[in-house]
This record gives sequence, structure tokens and C-alpha cells, in this order.
Amino acid sequence: MELPVINNTASEATKSGCSASSCGSTNDQMGHLPEHIREKVFNHPCYSEEAHHYFARMHVAVAPACNIQCHYCNRKYDCANESRPGVVSELHHPEQAVKKVLAVAATIPQMTVLGIAGPGDPLANPERTFATFRSLAEQAPDIKLCVSTNGLSLPDHIDELAKHNIDHVTITINCVDPDVGAKIYPWIFWKNKRIKGREGAAILIEQQQKGLEMLVARGILVKVNSVMIPGVNDAHLAEVSRTVKAKGAFLHNVMPLISEAEHGTFYGMTGQRGPTHDELQKLQDECSGDMNMMRHCRQCRADAVGLLGEDRGSEFTMDKIEAMDINYPEAMKMRAEVHAAIAEELESKRVAKEAKVQLVSIEGIKAKPETRPVLMAIATKGGGVINEHFGHASEFLIYEASSAGVRFIGHRKTVAYCEGGDTCGDGESALDKSLKVLAGCEVVLCSKIGFEPWGPLEAAGIQPNGEHAMEAIEDAILAVYEEMRVAGRLEAKLDEQQKAA
Amino acid sequence: MALEIIESCVNCWACEPLCPNQAIYEAKPHFLINPDKCNECAGDFADSQCATICPIEGAILNADGEALNPPGSLTGIPPEKFAELQAAQQAARHGA
Repeated sequence: MELPVINNTASEATKSGCSASSCGSTNDQMGHLPEHIREKVFNHPCYSEEAHHYFARMHVAVAPACNIQCHYCNRKYDCANESRPGVVSELHHPEQAVKKVLAVAATIPQMTVLGIAGPGDPLANPERTFATFRSLAEQAPDIKLCVSTNGLSLPDHIDELAKHNIDHVTITINCVDPDVGAKIYPWIFWKNKRIKGREGAAILIEQQQKGLEMLVARGILVKVNSVMIPGVNDAHLAEVSRTVKAKGAFLHNVMPLISEAEHGTFYGMTGQRGPTHDELQKLQDECSGDMNMMRHCRQCRADAVGLLGEDRGSEFTMDKIEAMDINYPEAMKMRAEVHAAIAEELESKRVAKEAKVQLVSIEGIKAKPETRPVLMAIATKGGGVINEHFGHASEFLIYEASSAGVRFIGHRKTVAYCEGGDTCGDGESALDKSLKVLAGCEVVLCSKIGFEPWGPLEAAGIQPNGEHAMEAIEDAILAVYEEMRVAGRLEAKLDEQQKAA
Repeated sequence: MALEIIESCVNCWACEPLCPNQAIYEAKPHFLINPDKCNECAGDFADSQCATICPIEGAILNADGEALNPPGSLTGIPPEKFAELQAAQQAARHGA
């Protein structure tokens, strides 16, 4: 099965012209997928950049066992305060998990997707994982089911996956070379033995590739996750991207290694660093020549609930769920209305965007001189609009504006520095953190911004801008970029770059 | 001759389905092994299955009370590094 290459490549690659696919906004990576895939992913927040502004997902933690060890994972996974894969607050039995899913789906109608992603490996817990899927397929047919796996036992479960109508599977593939694998996986459990080092990694890689091929042959959509580990697999991931694309994976998600020492992982304890924002973006751009890249991943917990980037898990603890009275058939009607309204909004946005692309090409954007790319940070709560106060933002979405249009680069986490009450004592250090994560950006767009952060932002070369509150993100970015062009601020640095080059 | 699960167990369920003698059972605060049923997999497997899949160093002991997966053997983290982290975290807690 041959898949088209999706155009979200770097501006360097597209600046030579204004092809129909790259002019205007290029961040709608799903717009160019074959129709049958687009239909499957348009409301999946983890598979479609656009969908993640509107639709929510949840994970249920029913799969604690794992059959491999990764150097970025600490199996003491019970923690309420960390936000990263493999971590949960409470484990659920399948019946509890189903109850939780129905409660969340009835309360948050935007929730379209239920994933099982751990905290161990879902397919190392086949009874619990499939019991959950079976029951949900019966009771909540309007929820998409997906699963994320390390791939070791994937080939053994393909039939079962296909049976439950699971049409999305994510495989974490960090390498296709056992020598690289030996530096990532200290051991695997295979055929009743613990197999260490290169030999274990070789088996894991073989199983992952076999599983990928079998899923594609069944028409099940496969996304590949890779953790970027500088000095270990960073130079190797472009090859991984090419390999999985050739085998029919439709989306590649390169995520940065998380390796804080206090998490107690091997990498954390041995000083292995994660990539910088720049290194990650460069690698994603490099891979995008070969593969459709996902850039909006939030590396969420194995029990996350809500829109990507938010976690409403604490509203749905088991004791709270027990107290809820859920009539799912009724809820399903309300959910259908909400989904239809969002689909309509997305469709009208798509039509408007197409019209704009045509208009721009008629007016001839090529006539404008070439301008340098600019990174802008956006504070948003979702919905594709600028609707978050600077001080309340716990993350910023990063976009690049250039003469080729606007493209989504990724997100950067921060600490909301203005949480009110007694936490504001930490205000200064949290603002420092925001300044650090905004490095490289020249503009930050938010619905509102207080007096206090204004000065430090400007001093750091980042222009705060609250003039585009409630506007669509891309429209606002284009407007600001145009203002910068008119003000002559888009040439200066280009000259410097040329001098340097 | 029986193995024992001790308090560092994280209740991950990995061992429970593997036991050929159904000696492992869910309990609070952590899984336990029924010593009357456990024979350390003798006759069934070359390696005791629970200790072979267990991801936590030191969580499973043999009849002599020795860890089947001693510190550093599974994660590759040098034991002294781990002790450092624990000391630092303890200090942070007392400071707070």
C-alpha cells in the first residue's frame, strides 16, 4: 500500500513557489490524505492536528503489565503530579474502566476516542485490554477505540484487534537497528525468558515490523511513535521514518525524550539529555520529506482525560463516577448533536480556507518579496482560536509564518504563572520559565496579557500581542506577519543570515 | 522451597498470569505468593517466571531471602545513583 507524502515540510523546501498544496496554511496535514483515511481521522485528536482543537480523548489505565523495559521508563508508575506516558493515579479493572468511559463521554461530549496505552503495554495484558474494548464496542458504538503498543506481542493479537473494530493502532518504534536498540531496551520478556541487550532488541524490532505489516494488510491505520534520544537514535530516526512509511504507516510522531532525574529512569539517572526545541523541529522537518509528521502530541499520561494538553482526570476518580447516574443511550443522542455541530464548523472553515487560498493565488503572493520565517507562540484553550490569557497558559502552540504561509511547529509546555491565590508567590520563576520556553519566538499572541510580563517579554525580543483575541489562529498570525512585513521587519535578519552564509 | 514478593512490588500484574501453579494472588498492599503452591517453577520452566518478568529490582526473593533481581540488574542504573536520588528526595521532603 503506497501512501502519499503529506506536505508539511519546512519553509525552505516550499519557498520556491506557491503550489496549491503549500500556499496559505500548510498545517492542515490531513487535507491531502485519501478520503477514506481522512474520514477515519477527522475527529481523532491524536491523528489530526485540526481535530485536536475540537475533539477530546481519554485513556483508561487497565494495562499495568509490561513485557519489555525501556530506558526512558520507570515502572514505579503511580504518580498524580507527573504528566508523561506510563504514569497513572489509579489502575482500573475493565468494568471500572468502562464505567469511567461512559461517564466521561456523557459529561464531555467532544470525547470521541478511547485509547488504552498503559501504564504498561496493553497487549501484554490482553484479557483486561480486550475485555474493555469488547464491552465498549457494545455499549458505546460512537466511541473510536485505539491502542498503543511496544509491538512485541502485536503479531499474536492482530485478529483480536480487527474483531473489535479497532481501526487505529500506535506502535512505538525507536529503531530498526538492533545495535541502536541495545542502547534503549535493556531487556525483553520473550518465550518465558528474559532476553537482554542486542538479542532482545533484535526480536523486538522484528516483531514490531511484522506487526506493522500485518496491520496495514488488514487496513488498520498505523501511527508510529518514536522517542528522540540525542546521541542514541537521533541520527537513525530518519531511516526509521522511511522504513515505516514504506511499510504503510500513515503518520510518524517523533517525540522528545523526557528524562528528568527525579523520574528515576535510567536515562534520567545517567544524565542522558532530551533534545532542544530546535533539534526536535529539525529532525521532524528532516523526516517530513519522507513521511507525514505529527507535531501536536502532548505525550499524555496513561489515564489522561480531555482535550490534548488538558487533563480532567481528577473530575472522574472512581468514587466520583460511582455517584454519577449515566444514561448512555440518551447521552449518545446529545453527543451526536455536538459532533455534528463541530463537523459543520470544520467544514465551513475548510471551505473558507479553500476560498482564501484561491483568492491569494489570484492576487499573486509571489509578487511580494521573499520574507524570512518568524516563529510565533499562541495561547489557546482550544477551538482553533486565540482565547487564553498569557498568565493562564500552561502551554504555547508554536507556529512558523513565512512567505509560504503558516505551519504548525509544535507545542511547548510551561507553568501558568498566574494561578491566583497563594501559588502566585511563585510568579516570578514561572514567568522565567515561560520566557525560556518562548526562546526563538518573536511574537506571543494571547487573549489578554498583564502589565507585569510585558516588559520582560519585550526585553527578551518577544512582542506580546493581545489584539487578536478570539480570532482564528492562522488568520491572526498572517495578519501580524503582514504588519511585520509592512513595517520592514522581515528583511533585516534575512540580510544577516545571508551575510553569515 | 518458595519465592516471596516483598513491599517494593508495584502491583503491575505481570507475574500473576505466568505462574504455572497459580501461586500468585492479588492482595493489599501488594501481590503475594502462596508458599504452599510455589515450587519456583521446577519442572515447568528453567527460570522462575515471576522473577523473569518482574521489572522491579529486589521485589522477589528466593527461599534464602536473596533478591533474584539484585539492584542494577534490570534497569542498568548503578545502585549508588539510586541511593543518591532517594537521599535527595528525602531531603527535599523534609525541607518542604
